[in-house]
Parts: sequence; structure tokens; C-alpha cells
Amino acid sequence: MTEREKIFARIREALTVQAPRPGLQDRDTASLRPISKGAPAANAREWLPPVGDSFEDQLACFRANAIDLKATFHLANDRDDLAKLLLELRDVEGWKKVASHRGELTDAACQTLALPVCRTDQPFDASELEACDAGITECDALIAQTGSVLVTNRSAGGRALSVLPPHHVVIARREQLLRDLPAAFELLKKKYAANYPSMISFITGPSRTGDIERILVLGAHGPKKLTIFCV
Amino acid sequence: MISPSQKFNDQSEVLTHDLRHRAIVQTALRKYEVVRGKSRGAFQDYPSARQAAAETKWEALNHLDKYLAEFADKLEARGTKVHWATTGEQAREIILGIIREKKARTIVKSKAMTSEEIHLNGALEQEGFEVVESDLGEFIVQLRKEAPYHIVFPAMHLTRGEIKELFNRELKANSSDSPEDLTMVARRVLRQKYIQADIGFTGANFAIAETGMISITENEGNARLTAALPKTMVTLLGIEKVLPRLDDLALFLPLLATSGTGQALTCYNTMYGGPRQPGEFDGPEEYHVVLLDNRRTELLADPEQRDALHCIRCGACLNVCPIFRNIGGHTYGTTYSGPIGSVITPHLRGLQDWKHLSFSSSLCGACSETCPVKIDLAHHLLQNRRNASEEKASFLWKTGFKIFSFIFNRPALYKLIGPLGRIGQKLHPIVKGTKLDPAYSWTKTREAPKIAPQTFKEYWRNRP
Repeated sequence: MTEREKIFARIREALTVQAPRPGLQDRDTASLRPISKGAPAANAREWLPPVGDSFEDQLACFRANAIDLKATFHLANDRDDLAKLLLELRDVEGWKKVASHRGELTDAACQTLALPVCRTDQPFDASELEACDAGITECDALIAQTGSVLVTNRSAGGRALSVLPPHHVVIARREQLLRDLPAAFELLKKKYAANYPSMISFITGPSRTGDIERILVLGAHGPKKLTIFCV
Repeated sequence: MISPSQKFNDQSEVLTHDLRHRAIVQTALRKYEVVRGKSRGAFQDYPSARQAAAETKWEALNHLDKYLAEFADKLEARGTKVHWATTGEQAREIILGIIREKKARTIVKSKAMTSEEIHLNGALEQEGFEVVESDLGEFIVQLRKEAPYHIVFPAMHLTRGEIKELFNRELKANSSDSPEDLTMVARRVLRQKYIQADIGFTGANFAIAETGMISITENEGNARLTAALPKTMVTLLGIEKVLPRLDDLALFLPLLATSGTGQALTCYNTMYGGPRQPGEFDGPEEYHVVLLDNRRTELLADPEQRDALHCIRCGACLNVCPIFRNIGGHTYGTTYSGPIGSVITPHLRGLQDWKHLSFSSSLCGACSETCPVKIDLAHHLLQNRRNASEEKASFLWKTGFKIFSFIFNRPALYKLIGPLGRIGQKLHPIVKGTKLDPAYSWTKTREAPKIAPQTFKEYWRNRP
């Protein structure tokens, strides 16, 4: 018998006795809405924080969350406006070298910036990536409800690009703005179900810690800054 | 050797009188309470979300054979090597085996309570490997050669001044005591470790059966880096972590953040489904997942307390527990402290040695009330007490109840109790506060309640 078989034998033995359904200790259980069988997440939208229906509502929600999270959010009017904002950022921060991956938006951004680029969608050296001033990526979605950026290693240039450089710059399209977390998981299933990327990450603000006296410090290990452009 | 229970009593005695410790813990937890309240309040319907989470965990645990097999098979199909360990020792051997085979020197770790449970760091260091904890709080307690104080906030018991001294001494850092500067010291030291390390080691918060993925919840980005840079990645997790579906996370990620740190969502919530796939350019070449039983199946076999395996290790029950707040995390002497630790440790490490934890409770029920997956912790503490005395009642317990039933079955004797007690109380001041006092453990810090001058029966008989 392999160890796996032994563990499964113990599990099956244990499960021959039924355990009571949860929540019965609460007298108010009867007042709770019935949970649909087998897929509680299908109802999660009714329980999670509310988000408006229109694009404007969702944009406002995303913007407010970004401010709370200490991320920077810019809505660019068009591609030219985006180029202008990127150049401003480059000059203010004095970028010398950036890292990025191939993509319609990122290619245009790299061309605008006219800086040396470390590409992470080809073999690269981690030390070289670490020395870059910013990592510029696309994403799979922006999530209004939580102010999150959804990336995968397929959409955003691998696992390290969005977390190793000190500044993560995301360029998203307007139509990538999603309402909430259930919508994000729906998108993941629709887009990747046949073959999921090996990494999927919800990035919610720049890296942070509160491990010293519960005082917020940004840039614990990942990026100190997160800038999100939406065009 | 001192028993765990004696050690617990001694340490509790010290810490309940330590006002400085209390102030540090209360300050930290007050901040947590404010943000947690805000995040909970943002839900449209928190009670239903909580009930759904409890039901989802119930479904997962009560069909664990099905979901665990699905999880492991899906992971293997995409090139992950899945290992199975019945005991902590087996898990350590599996992990050591991987490290030896890779001829690795340095292992960078992101936070994993399961690794504390199997005492992994000690085993690796004994074999001469360098193990670096990368979560800031874990990094701090590792430098102090301590166990984590709290399952979510490992260094909650330390002040910035103490951390400054620690960094300046151990890392020759010359830092100020601002949390910002101290965090940057750790950032600089650990950045190099990520790039050098041969093995990246992580725990996991959830295991998704439907897609064969693990999910890691964190704020710092240390787990992201651990899973991105080293050539080999190893994840250790308990078999109870399984969730049936990927979109269950739409519920569990915000619930874990709200209960754990009070955030709406933590900074990074990341799912990993295997090593680097064809067409991907970074990430580990090899991925190993070690699934640990370590007596979880024994807890599973107890239908009354099976729901203790629903635990998502958010630490919310620790934060609200009056016992935890007074005696602190280290006093428990266990990997998992607070109410959940008091409930599961007797199952994981032996009822008779650890039953004292279930007796150290005011049964206020704050833990049951706060648990995001509705584990009825306060009730489980009572069940542990019952099981402990059914299995092996102490001499004092048995004789106490014998005397009780002897007297209460004899009205004449019972009538004597009141007058005798009143005489006893008059004599009490002679020994009060000294070790000769039979009620010493009560009276050393409190007044004994006064016995009424007459019993109710006497009062009724003599009523005007």
C-alpha cells in the first residue's frame, strides 16, 4: 500500500460517520437565505461589497479603492495621452532601464519610453530584472470591487516581472474593467479553462507589511509603487 | 521534566502580570478590530457569506476523498510531483530528499504554519542547509530563534525598539527604529537570498480541486518571489485545505482577508498550478507538493469536531480571545495557539498532555462568534473537557464529585454546610494569603465571596 492509499483509506474510514451540517448552533440560521446547492460562489455577488452597474460607477469604485490602497490610477483619454503620462512618469522618477514583455500596449509603451528594455518573455537574468527601475505589464482584468489587478504569467510577462522591480506599471484597456471577484473568476474560466497559466495573481495595491507594531509600510518585498493606466 | 500543563501555568502566571506585554498586544489588536469592523461592514450580507463558507468547507471535508484525489491528479497531470506524508517525520524526510537530490544549499521560505507544525527549519539546519524565512514577521522571530507568536502576526509581541536592536546586532544594520527603515533592512537582505536560493518553499491557504491549484494569500510579495525565482519549488500543506471549485475563492479570499488582517483583500492572492509550462520563461523547473496528514484524519474521524478542520488559519479567534490577550501566544507551547489551538492540539498531540488548554477558557464564546467558517470553538472546548475526564478523570475530580454526591444525597449533612462554612470563613483570615490557605489559588489575587449570614430556607422560615 502506498502512503497515498493509506491516507485515503483513513479518510474513507473516517467519513463513514456523517458530521452535522454547519451553522446549526446559531438560532438565527433560519433567517439566512438558503445557500444554493453545490456552488455558493454563484451567489457571492449578493453578499460581497456592492458595486454599481454602469461603467462610470465601476470606474469610480476602482479609483476610490486605488486611493485607499495607495496605488496610483490614471484614466488616459487616448493612446497619445497615455504616451504623455508615461513620459512624465519616466522623467519624474528618472528611469534608466525598464522591464517588459511583448504585447500591443506594452510594445507601444516601450517605444514611447525609448529606454533599454529587459524582456522577460525570453530567457533573462534575475539580477538584471532586479536592477530595472520599473516593470511594465499588461493584465487580464481590473476589478472595481477590490481595486485589484488580475495578472497571469501568460498575460503579464511571467512570474517575476510584476513583483521584482521596485515599481509595477500596469497598462489596461477600458473594457478590461470588471465589476467584482465573481466576474474575475468567470473570466478566468472562459479564457483559460482548457489550459490554465501556471500562475494567476490578484494584485491589490503595492506590496505592504504591518509586521512591525501593525504600522503600514509599503514595499516589503514586492514593488513599492503600483501605477495603473487605463486607456 | 515539567509537564506541558505545569509550564503553561507558570508562564501564564508571569504574563498575566506583565503589563507591558499586555499593552503591546492590546494596541496591536485594537488596530485590527477597527479595520476588521470596517471590512465586515462593507459586505452586503456578511452572515450569509459566512454561512456559505461554512457549508462549502463542510462539503469539501465530508467528501475529502473525492476532492483531494481530484486536486492531486490535476496537479500531477501538469507536471507537479505530489508526495504524501502520514507523519511530520515523513514530510521532513520527503523535503530533505528533494533538497539533497537538487544538491541545494539555500532554501528561501515564505510563511507556512504547517512547516512549524513539523519543525522543518530545525531539521534542515541540522543537516547543514541555510533556511531563510522571508515573511518579515517570521524573519524577525527566526533571528530571535523563537516560534511565531501568532499565526498571522508572528512578531506581534515586539516593539520597534527591540527589532532595531535585533537587526543592528544580528545583521550589523545600523538602522533607526522607524518601521519603514527596519522593513527596508529586511528587504535588502532578503532580495539577495531570493536570487541565490536553490529552493523556494511555501505553504498554502487553499487547494483547489477543480483546477489542481494551490492558493497563497499574502501582503509582502515574499511568496510571489519565492515561487518565481528559485529553480525548484516545494509546497507543504495539510490535506484539509481543499476547496471544491476555483470560484469558491471569490468568497474565501475576501473572508480570509477580513478575518485575518481586517483588509478587504490582501495584497497578493496567487494561484499556482504547476512548474513552468511550455512557452513560459520563468518560474520553477520543478514543482513538488507535499500533502500532510499528521493526525488530521483522526480529527476527521470525530464527527462532533470534524468542523475544526474547516479552519482557514485566519487567526480571528486568537484576536478576540480574552485568554490569548492575557497570556500571549508563546505560553500555549503549541504551533497553533488561541481557541483553535486549544481545540485541535489535543487531537494532534494527545488529549491528556494538552487538555489543560481546553480548561483555560472563560467559555465566553467570542471565538465561535467571530469564526468566518462557523467552527463552534467554545463548544469544542467543552467536548474536549468531557472527553478528557471520561477517558481519565483526575483523583481530585473523582473524589470531589464523590464528596459532592455523598453530601447532597443526605439532607442532614447538607444542612450543616451553611453553618460550617460560616465558621470556616471566620477562621479564614488566619491563613488567608498564605500557602496554607486551601483556597490559595483563588485568594492570592481575589477576595473570597462572603457566605450569607443565613440560608434561604432559614430566611423563609423566619420571615416576618
